Amino acid sequence: MDTLMLSRIQFGANISFHILFPTITIALGWVLLFFKLRFNATGDGKWMEAYRFWVKVFALSFAMGVVSGITMSFQFGTNWPGFMETVGNIAGPLLAYEVLTAFFLEAVFLGIMLFGFSRVPSWLHTTATFLVAFGTTMSAFWIIVLNSWMHTPQGYEMRDGVAFATDWMAIIFNPSMPYRFTHMLLASGLTVAFLVAGFSAFRWLLGDRSDGVRVTLKTGVYLGALLIPLQILMGDLHGLNTLEHQPQKVAAMEGNWETGPNVPLLLFALPDEEARENRFEVGIPNGASLILKHKAEGVVPGLNDFVTEDGEVSHPPVAPVFWSFRIMVGTGFAMLFLSWSAAFLMLRKGRGPDGLPKLMTLAMVPMAFSGWVATLAGWYTTEIGRQPWLVQGVMTTEMAVADVPAPFVAITLTTYLAIYALLLAAYVGVLFYLARKAAHGDVPRRRTPQSGEAITRTVPAE
Amino acid sequence: MELFGDPAQWLPFTFAALMGVSILVYVVLDGFDLGVGVLFPFASDDEKDMMVASIGPFWDANETWLVLAIGLLLVAFPSAHGTILTALYLPVAIMLIGLILRGVAFEFRVKAPTPHKATWNWLFFAGSLMTSLAQGFMLGKYVMGLESTLGTWVFAMITAVFLTVAYSFIGACWLILKTEYTLQSKAVDWAKGGIWGLVLGLGAVSLATPLVSTRIFDKWFTFPEIILLAPMPILSGLLVWLLWRSLQRLPNATDAGARTPFLYAIALFVLAFGGLAYSFYPYVVPEKLTIYEAASAPESLFIILVGTVFVLPMIAGYTALAYTIFKGKAAELRYD
Repeated sequence: MDTLMLSRIQFGANISFHILFPTITIALGWVLLFFKLRFNATGDGKWMEAYRFWVKVFALSFAMGVVSGITMSFQFGTNWPGFMETVGNIAGPLLAYEVLTAFFLEAVFLGIMLFGFSRVPSWLHTTATFLVAFGTTMSAFWIIVLNSWMHTPQGYEMRDGVAFATDWMAIIFNPSMPYRFTHMLLASGLTVAFLVAGFSAFRWLLGDRSDGVRVTLKTGVYLGALLIPLQILMGDLHGLNTLEHQPQKVAAMEGNWETGPNVPLLLFALPDEEARENRFEVGIPNGASLILKHKAEGVVPGLNDFVTEDGEVSHPPVAPVFWSFRIMVGTGFAMLFLSWSAAFLMLRKGRGPDGLPKLMTLAMVPMAFSGWVATLAGWYTTEIGRQPWLVQGVMTTEMAVADVPAPFVAITLTTYLAIYALLLAAYVGVLFYLARKAAHGDVPRRRTPQSGEAITRTVPAE
Repeated sequence: MELFGDPAQWLPFTFAALMGVSILVYVVLDGFDLGVGVLFPFASDDEKDMMVASIGPFWDANETWLVLAIGLLLVAFPSAHGTILTALYLPVAIMLIGLILRGVAFEFRVKAPTPHKATWNWLFFAGSLMTSLAQGFMLGKYVMGLESTLGTWVFAMITAVFLTVAYSFIGACWLILKTEYTLQSKAVDWAKGGIWGLVLGLGAVSLATPLVSTRIFDKWFTFPEIILLAPMPILSGLLVWLLWRSLQRLPNATDAGARTPFLYAIALFVLAFGGLAYSFYPYVVPEKLTIYEAASAPESLFIILVGTVFVLPMIAGYTALAYTIFKGKAAELRYD
């Protein structure tokens, strides 16, 4: 393989590994704030028990996110110098604002959030939790602004092959940004909802009937049930936005080769780029036209529009986009089914988690990571769907790659892959270990400590 | 923007200065927590917990200065960013892998099942060592003008070792400040054992830099610069002597002077860094690309500067808050 392909796989692997953890920390920060605020309001120890368990998951996920994020920021330079050389005037300030307004905020207050409960007054600990949650969300905002700009660039002009900013408001509020940002925040919320529900269900199955596990199980299920319809609606709006700005991506998502009306919604197909047709098509007549244009004779763009007369293809590879889109949507509907039926059963019998059949709690355990599957599939849809462009209409991916010897990239890629595999296994393993430990009542101290009590305990330093 | 004269002049200089400050803050802050990691094998299991407790609330924010420094290089000097990082491809990768391993080991060593703790402790050490060595190697390569010859490779290997010793030294000084009893006595011994690395490292880089480039040689060894700059090496020598003396007085019953070695060590790092900055200015890629040639468009730099001016004092403020909350001797880290 050449340097370009190896570098793409390396960046793809790195960013895929990275996104798993911010997806958790963005929403988990807010969920922890919710636990802390409920504790402040009620004084009920179960909320603090929930906080203490999930703050450990937060800390672990945060560390994984930080280290993989640093790797990414260096890879811009080591593997993709052309990116910053061409669009650095726009990407640079956005990344700088991410570091300045988000990274330091999260990193500093994380220490207080994790280890400060008994060292600082309760309000300061609550504030630290809020600032960490706010920081993760700000970080998501800036990075999504940059990512959206790469899909729907505006507010710039090209001089001698370099992009210069002309209108920062246009750059920040580029056409796809509101859709992507909302879609990502909801994805994070759903990932955390099913993670919390899944691990609470796992503890429940081990016989844990503590108030702490009841309250997190309910939080997870209700949060999931609340967010999933919003996400389906948001996904639809995002799709319409993409249709407007990146029709070639929508054509690949639908597996539609020829522009025309009455396009079916394909449930299954094997897109064949050589023959430029689908094999083994199973579809709902007029489905794609109805979804995208809201009428059966609506015209849906086709992939063949994006091939020049001399045969140059400027649409993304079809099969990966087609399939990752279906995995994302399928996972979304599984989430809808599970969270709504669980919420319905808990509410109807009025017995909370006791009203759930065992099969349903059992199904929640593998669904704990459904958010990861949907998020990755969604990102693959949108990012592979951007190819061959790196910045739509401005520069191709090929233009940005570094002139590094291919064996170098092969060595680092192999090393990263091995480390990511091991860390992922360790992460999932530790999550189950922590849940088992908590389920067996192996919590070091059951009593609820007071905020600020350590101040009186320790002798002042000076 | 025209307020301060030509923005194409003062903006690159301002950003080079900001980047310099970020690197310096990073080297001091992550220097001590990387150093603590490098010292891990010399400590007992309980001492290891205490060592991690002394850096636990800070390491993440410390590392953020690296992200800021690389971010500023990336945003302010995009063409230099590509040149430097592709030239340092493999050492950067080793550093990143080191940072990944030690970063996650912080969490895993206390959350994974107890039998795995030793493995994560080992990975914490290995990651810290890889990071320190890789950074020292990069420093050496940079001083040698990013050239790839056997000579530069050898020199870079030497700076790799010296920077690692320097990090362990400042790490030991941090531990003297943050710990008590046996661990503190051990830290005093580690610092005494590491001071030679600091001296040799400073010496090697100071001697090699002017020898590699006649331009740098002239910057130091012509009249009147040689007189004006004389205080720098003299002050460094004085600081080393003061450091040695302050270490002789530790540990003691009242813990008097426990913070002195750490402060002197910071002063030495600042001096050494100032010397390097003086040597290389105005180049960002040694002898090839100046900060003025490599700078981004003034409009973009200005946008970042506005944010920086507002945000940097806030960062300084809440960093100070965190160090105040967790001041004094390190205690066992607990989530409640």
